[in-house]
Amino acid sequence: MWNSLKTMWIVFLHMFHRRATIQYPDEKPNIPPRWRGRIILSRDPDGEERCVACYLCAAACPVDCIALQATEDEHERRYPEFFRINFSRCIFCGYCEEACPTDAIQLTPDFEMGEYNRKNLVYEKEDLLIDGPGKYPGYNFYRVAGITIGGKNKGEAENEAPPVDPHSLLP
Amino acid sequence: MTTIHIDNRPYPAKDGENLLQECLSLGFNLPYFCWHPALGSVGACRQCAIKQFKNEEDKHGKIVMACMTAAKDGIRISIDDPEAQDFRASVAEWLMVNHPHDCPVCDEGGECHLQDMTVMNGHVYRRYHGRKRTFHNQDLGPLVNHEMNRCIQCYRCTRFYREYAGGRDLDALVLRNQVYFGRHQDGVLENEFSGNLVEVCPTGVFTDKTLKRHYTRKWDLQTAPSVCVHCGLGCNTIPGERYGTLRRIRNRFNGAVNGYFLCDRGRYGYEFVNSGRRVRQPLLRKNRTQLLQPVSKRAALQHLGELLSGGARVIGIGSPRASIEANFALRTLVGRDQFYLGISERDLRLLASILDILRKGPARTPSLHEVELADAVLVLGEDVANTAPRLGLALRQSVRRQPEKIAKKMGIPLWNDHAVREAMQEEHGPLFIATLANTRIDDIATRTFRGPPAELARLGLAIAHALDPIAPQVPGLSDTAQALAGAIAEKLKAAERPLVISGIGCGDKAVVEAAANVTWALCNMGRPAEFCYVVPECNSLGAMMLGGGSLETALEAMNDAAADILVILENDLYRRADAALVDRLLAAARHIVMIDHIEHTTSAKADMVLPAAAFAEADGTLVNNEGRAQRFFQVFVPRGEIEGDIRGDTPGDIQESWRWMRDIMVVGRGDEGQWSSLDDVTAACAAVIPSLEPILRAAPSAAFRMDGQKIPRESHRYSGRTVMHANVSIHEPEQPQDPDTALAFSMEGYSGHPPPSLIPRFWAPGWNSIQALNKFQDEVGGPLSGGDPGERLIEPTPGKKAAYFENIPAGFEPRVGEWLLLPLHHIFGSEELSILAPGVAELSVQPYLALNPEDASNLGLTDGDEVQLRLRAQADAQVDVKADDSANTTATTAEVFRLPLRFKPELLHGTAGLPAGLTGMGNLAGVALPAWGELKKV
Repeated sequence: MWNSLKTMWIVFLHMFHRRATIQYPDEKPNIPPRWRGRIILSRDPDGEERCVACYLCAAACPVDCIALQATEDEHERRYPEFFRINFSRCIFCGYCEEACPTDAIQLTPDFEMGEYNRKNLVYEKEDLLIDGPGKYPGYNFYRVAGITIGGKNKGEAENEAPPVDPHSLLP
Repeated sequence: MTTIHIDNRPYPAKDGENLLQECLSLGFNLPYFCWHPALGSVGACRQCAIKQFKNEEDKHGKIVMACMTAAKDGIRISIDDPEAQDFRASVAEWLMVNHPHDCPVCDEGGECHLQDMTVMNGHVYRRYHGRKRTFHNQDLGPLVNHEMNRCIQCYRCTRFYREYAGGRDLDALVLRNQVYFGRHQDGVLENEFSGNLVEVCPTGVFTDKTLKRHYTRKWDLQTAPSVCVHCGLGCNTIPGERYGTLRRIRNRFNGAVNGYFLCDRGRYGYEFVNSGRRVRQPLLRKNRTQLLQPVSKRAALQHLGELLSGGARVIGIGSPRASIEANFALRTLVGRDQFYLGISERDLRLLASILDILRKGPARTPSLHEVELADAVLVLGEDVANTAPRLGLALRQSVRRQPEKIAKKMGIPLWNDHAVREAMQEEHGPLFIATLANTRIDDIATRTFRGPPAELARLGLAIAHALDPIAPQVPGLSDTAQALAGAIAEKLKAAERPLVISGIGCGDKAVVEAAANVTWALCNMGRPAEFCYVVPECNSLGAMMLGGGSLETALEAMNDAAADILVILENDLYRRADAALVDRLLAAARHIVMIDHIEHTTSAKADMVLPAAAFAEADGTLVNNEGRAQRFFQVFVPRGEIEGDIRGDTPGDIQESWRWMRDIMVVGRGDEGQWSSLDDVTAACAAVIPSLEPILRAAPSAAFRMDGQKIPRESHRYSGRTVMHANVSIHEPEQPQDPDTALAFSMEGYSGHPPPSLIPRFWAPGWNSIQALNKFQDEVGGPLSGGDPGERLIEPTPGKKAAYFENIPAGFEPRVGEWLLLPLHHIFGSEELSILAPGVAELSVQPYLALNPEDASNLGLTDGDEVQLRLRAQADAQVDVKADDSANTTATTAEVFRLPLRFKPELLHGTAGLPAGLTGMGNLAGVALPAWGELKKV
């Protein structure tokens, strides 16, 4: 008896608490930046695609919902020819972001991806690529990598000595 | 066997072998870089450090390099010793100091020995933040990519390229911490084994340039065990596929055949499978004035059914580049008497004679590995570096056998590579090369001899006579040739394992017979002589064992009674025989049905073309020059013609040739359900042809299971399964089924080690690179666990005395105004399929005619001039076919060709050289060489 009354009293007191429920979708929830939502591909600070098509995200994906094909531009800068994510399979685990060595693939706080047609959940590179660096400003993989791309020759990356002249024996 | 103690536990080991190899053989994970099972130890990288103790009481020990220490009985070592572990980790750290931050864009990533070893050493955190050394790269041609920044200076590349493969244009330059591995300037790597640098290099300095254009990581490739189709040696390969196209070829170790290395034609010829010249749909024309139009598979078969139902007479032409099963299916379709092999009469006779010699003679034919063990070799008439390149590499090892005795005498173990080479200096064992022109292995030859086929045969016969006086004597031999024959006979007689190599490359039966005489003379003296014949194509011997007539006899049969339907299997007849003969053959048939995977001159003349599966899309058995039957397995399901379709959404019309034959039998004769899988065809073939019975054992059947499971073609890390088709349909297709083999088009299945003939890839936990192979061998460097794949079909009759061939050709006499045209083979260009690969095509020779400068100046020609060639009608040409006149009179009338001239000083006066089988040569590609022709200045 006493227990029942106590319960009723507690329920009664809840009427005066702050409400946890928000009126979604009229009211938007406040989502932390590290939320694992819709996946995007970002660009480096120079505005070029960050993805170098290393296939690590695809390998890390536990549901195998990422497929891509690597290709190169005329200066041997590598980028994905196509990059496809099947969001109807994605479990938003974030392993792809963790595996990405260039900070290209990132999960965003957007979760509103409902579709009537499953086909529309297949995102191609055009759908994934955003214009900015996303969560990680500043990092540019090609500035620290040893390979040559257009506009960056050997020895011009960060912390690189000028190239060795193989025809010289001078110290 | 002795006992060694590793971390206080006893293990059996091979006495005197180096400890690194023993530790790896015992299954320990001991890191290494510079050591390679085929290259031996040099102790350069200091990575395989272990602790060695004096005795049981010794707790202090000393650090030694495992690769430079011999296993002795009772030796006590420790791999897990903390000091040794620290040592190895710091070596890895030093090596990584200048290593660039490249892994995401490096093609080696995911199968990198450096990655594996760094992880194995536990070096996980970079402490060095200073400046890194950099290098400029070189353009090394269309096959190998160079990225010098990644180098860890292990010297494996130059050791393989210079010391193992005999290349000269790659070396270590500069000094100190700036050592540079490259050429003196940009340029194509000259050696035909340059592609092996991709596998030999422990990191990404040398990578596959053809893979780079359609890059895929190792774990994403669908792979299956396969056999190379670009020459007659049958090297084992692992082709990899992704998204419906073939991406690369990797070496599949077979201790008896190719070992660790492939030639560049075999490694890079694969791109013909992706070629724009592939036939992907059935093509049909109802009359010959029309063009071939694509039709559905059903319509094509229906049309064939109508043609066949009226009791039509069918003649079948098989192919030495199609599998045994495909040839046998055709033979079953048309009947034994209507089946022809699709090669010229001359080639048929040469191959028949080789098969006869192999079967009836007392000498054994060695595997490629056994060629490496031969200690005196005579090459008669075959330019092995071009017709069977991997054999040339084996010969480079065989010349080390005799000089190795110097090292043995000095007590140097043979694995101590650098010391052995120092002891040997420039010594080479006896290797005599008698060929039409200079070869790329002349640099290791003891003596060379150049001449036209008749002279080569006479030299061979003279050697046989010098060995055994009962063998026929060669009349009128020059003194120099006589002396040379004597010298060669002396060396062969003194050898422990003499070997004679010949083949059909110079197109002369007398040469083949002379080689047999030499070997038999040695056998009759009680020497364990072996002989090795080079055959031109991947299934030349297999097709011969099936039996069947030549193209000339096919024409004869068709002239007797016109055939209604001519079924041609995977064969461009214009490369096999004279154009005029093929024209007449094709004209004699009312309907020509071509079953092939590429379009060519013959398919353009067909009334129906059915798309056959290329080697990576089919299963089958091939018989190599050793008579070894090897099974190759389907790598992927070929895609159809539909745009945007990838990997078998709509499987398309391409199917195995034997399935086409079966379908034709079903529509034509109503033979329902004769064959449902490859095993049925193989079994039927083995039942009909007893000599082919061992092909049943070439690989496990389709019913084979490991723990009740099939063997997956995809790695357990294969990615993109639920998305790669999503752009076409969101509904994931079922994995393609494979009724023909014990392999599955899937990631799921048995994850352990399958039997050796079914190994789809080499991988082991912690070993992602090709070096994972160590885990698939009982003894590292030895055969695969469970025995090397392949079944030998031909064994000699021991102790039998063979009768010598008595036919002695007359010496070569130059003619006035005429030249004997000799076939010159080229690794890049002479083979039909590999030339469709862009990388190989870029390296291919252009058409030319070679003359010695003196003959050229007599004609008023200089290097590069255009020369006019008029072929003599072959009826009276000095070719080997003597009997069967009907075949000869069908040959060409005089046709005129224009070719640029090239000097070749080694050609004899009165002879000229023509590149063999070059596609750019038009009708010349089918002309049987040697042949006589007139030359004129244009």
